[in-house]
Amino acid sequence: MDLVTIWFILIAVLWIGYFVLDGFDLGVGVLMPFIGKDDLRRRVMVNTIGPVWDGNEVWLLVAGGATFAAFPLWYATMFSGFYLALFVLLIALIIRGVAFEYRGKRDSQAWRDRWDKAIFVGSAVPALLFGVAFGNVVGGSPIAPLEGTTADNASNLNYVGNFFDLLNPYALLMGVMTLTIFTTHGAIFLMLKTRGEVRAAARSAALRVGVVAAVAAVATLLWTQAFSERVSITLPMALVAAVLWLGALWMVLKGRDGWAFSLSAGTILVAVASLFVGLFPNVMLSSIDPAFNLTVTNASSQEYTLTIMTWVAVIMTPIVLAYQGWTYWVFRKRISTSMIPPQPSAGRADDRFATTK
Amino acid sequence: MGSALDLSRWQFGITTIYHFLFVPLTLGTVWFVAMFQTMWHFTGKEIYLKLTKFFGKLFLINFAMGVVTGIVQEFQFGMNWSEYSRFVGDVFGAPLAMEGLLAFFLESTFLGLWIFGWDRLPKKLHLATIWAAAVGTMLSAYFILAANAWMQHPVGYEIDPATGRAVLNDIGAVLFQNTAVMAFLHTMTASFMVSGAAVAAVGAWFLTKNRQVDVFRPAMKAGAVVTLIAAVGVSITGDLFSKIMVEQQPMKMAAAEALYETQEDAPFSVLTIGDVTGDTATPVIEIPGLLSWLSTGDMNATVEGINNLQAAYEAQYGPGDYVPYVPVTYWSFRLMIGVGMLAAAWALWALWRYRRGRNPQGTGPVNKAFTVATPFIVLAPLAASTFGWIFTEMGRQPWVVFGEQLTADAVSPLLTTTEVWISLIGFTLVYAILAVIEVALLLKYIKQGAPEQVVADPYEEAAKQADEDKQLYFAY
Repeated sequence: MDLVTIWFILIAVLWIGYFVLDGFDLGVGVLMPFIGKDDLRRRVMVNTIGPVWDGNEVWLLVAGGATFAAFPLWYATMFSGFYLALFVLLIALIIRGVAFEYRGKRDSQAWRDRWDKAIFVGSAVPALLFGVAFGNVVGGSPIAPLEGTTADNASNLNYVGNFFDLLNPYALLMGVMTLTIFTTHGAIFLMLKTRGEVRAAARSAALRVGVVAAVAAVATLLWTQAFSERVSITLPMALVAAVLWLGALWMVLKGRDGWAFSLSAGTILVAVASLFVGLFPNVMLSSIDPAFNLTVTNASSQEYTLTIMTWVAVIMTPIVLAYQGWTYWVFRKRISTSMIPPQPSAGRADDRFATTK
Repeated sequence: MGSALDLSRWQFGITTIYHFLFVPLTLGTVWFVAMFQTMWHFTGKEIYLKLTKFFGKLFLINFAMGVVTGIVQEFQFGMNWSEYSRFVGDVFGAPLAMEGLLAFFLESTFLGLWIFGWDRLPKKLHLATIWAAAVGTMLSAYFILAANAWMQHPVGYEIDPATGRAVLNDIGAVLFQNTAVMAFLHTMTASFMVSGAAVAAVGAWFLTKNRQVDVFRPAMKAGAVVTLIAAVGVSITGDLFSKIMVEQQPMKMAAAEALYETQEDAPFSVLTIGDVTGDTATPVIEIPGLLSWLSTGDMNATVEGINNLQAAYEAQYGPGDYVPYVPVTYWSFRLMIGVGMLAAAWALWALWRYRRGRNPQGTGPVNKAFTVATPFIVLAPLAASTFGWIFTEMGRQPWVVFGEQLTADAVSPLLTTTEVWISLIGFTLVYAILAVIEVALLLKYIKQGAPEQVVADPYEEAAKQADEDKQLYFAY
């Protein structure tokens, strides 16, 4: 296999890792106002993802950095083209990240309510926007050479549309898919990580949102076949994803949390993989002229860089997976409302064994 | 001001300077927290656990801001500077991706383990997590500084004649060139100055209030000693760094001194009155030969002036203005040095004032001056590191990659002014609000003081309560 193909696969792996992992963080954030009826429940929810969300978000940073290193023209065209969408995404991720850390830092209900809203918005907006962005990559967006230049040099290829071109029906549908899938995935994660009332509420949320997600996903993945380079592979993959999803919902119904979570993670894996399989060898489709597509060949770095980065990725990815996996093992215990210590800011130090004046 | 280029420059400047307020605090403070926990681990003394908890909390409040503002940095290269990204991606992307794989994962995952792991991990392993996070933050600094060093002094690449893009041919040169190593050492020592001053100032503040003196005296001492050692380190690395710069970016050094004409035994002007943009500046305090010495180690050496270099660059790169905006480089260079050393002076004062168990409390003018100065002293090294970045980035202009790509050619070609106005206002507004919140929280938790009582061994305590419903030791 040539290096650019390996890197295309690695980028796909990084995005899958990001969606499987931060996907449930985003889902838990979206569910905050719905399942978190009181502060105790909200704290249970935040604490299920507390130790891991930051490490999960790094998958996004690495996906971005790896795209920059391996396919600079893809990175440059996508990031400059999706400018305002990415600006909104960044603001959302900023307030989400700060909110986790700061919500308990002042003993005031108004303070916490404000941060909880930030968690909701900071989770729902990215969950939607990632789908919209992928919709524009996979479904094509107005990409063309700059005026007076040709596509012979792929460096001339730019996104020539505006912000509203990004909000086309296919991309929006993909956004609805990621929003509902991540929300369900988050609900299932909550089932797996909690006991008592939060788990019960998460279960009913998983079922209700999961059905909507099923419809959105089937519609999106079927529509995706119109853009796919190899329908004979991607259509079966879409069907597998659908079956896994139904399996996940079935396991939710049966109360088998571990199975439900594995299956919903599997759904995300197969669905996202099918998008990449359908895209290859392109990395961004031009809706103006297929000659303007960015491909693994014309958008990539040279062999030397790709070789070095392959070594780094091949050595580091298993190590990262190992210690992140270990983190999940360390924090494997389910959390319930009875386990939540008093508010850290309520006149006590952040550990329940200690007191502050 | 008004083009997408100008606005993008403002945005990158604002967001980067803002990001780098949190970074030096993070880079140094994590070592203090790790050291305090290590001291507690080996001595069993409760005050070290209290210090670990106290500074750990401040560290995390600050770290959160560093993380979230860091994402913006990575995205901006593609968003606002797509031509830059296309040109350098093959080279510049590599250290950036390595930073993610080797450093970001390490620091964020192990910090999560440290924050929530007090009752989940064996004592030694828990101690190891904060060290792993500390190593992660340092690695992260290394990679990003190596990437920046490449913009200052591009090495280990060639230009592909077919595409006009830079292509990496020697990763070792990019990662380990002297510019990268020196930038790292200079930044790390500067960061230890910032963190040392912060820890010392917080400690000293408690001493001036006569509160929790037994806990905060060691913190003040540790912080002040680190500040002083780091001040020596920052001076040595700064000196070596400027000599490298004279070789690699002579224009930057000439602009730092507003030295227009090439000169033997060039003086260093401490202060200048009036206009430094003209062909002749009017220095009021000059130290003869110092600039020559700073630049080369020889008082009598020739230092090239701006006018000569401009002519040389025109010959090399074609017609154009290759002079950075001199008032900014001139003043930021002086402020970096001057303001930074205030912290060292204060640290000496603090150590002297509290020597051998003393704790003067009177209302005399000296005590008053110390009490007033202490809360603000951390701003000095923080401002110095900001001026340092302004100097080194503005001094590279008009280049984004020295000698290879002009900043004006790096901006995303189809970016509209409306788009950049929206993001510029948006980021600035959100950042301003978050700054107020962060400072308020830091002050609140500083004033709260260290925990009065801590359990001698939280790990043992946690192990005792093995029932299903035991409360979490730590929760958000």
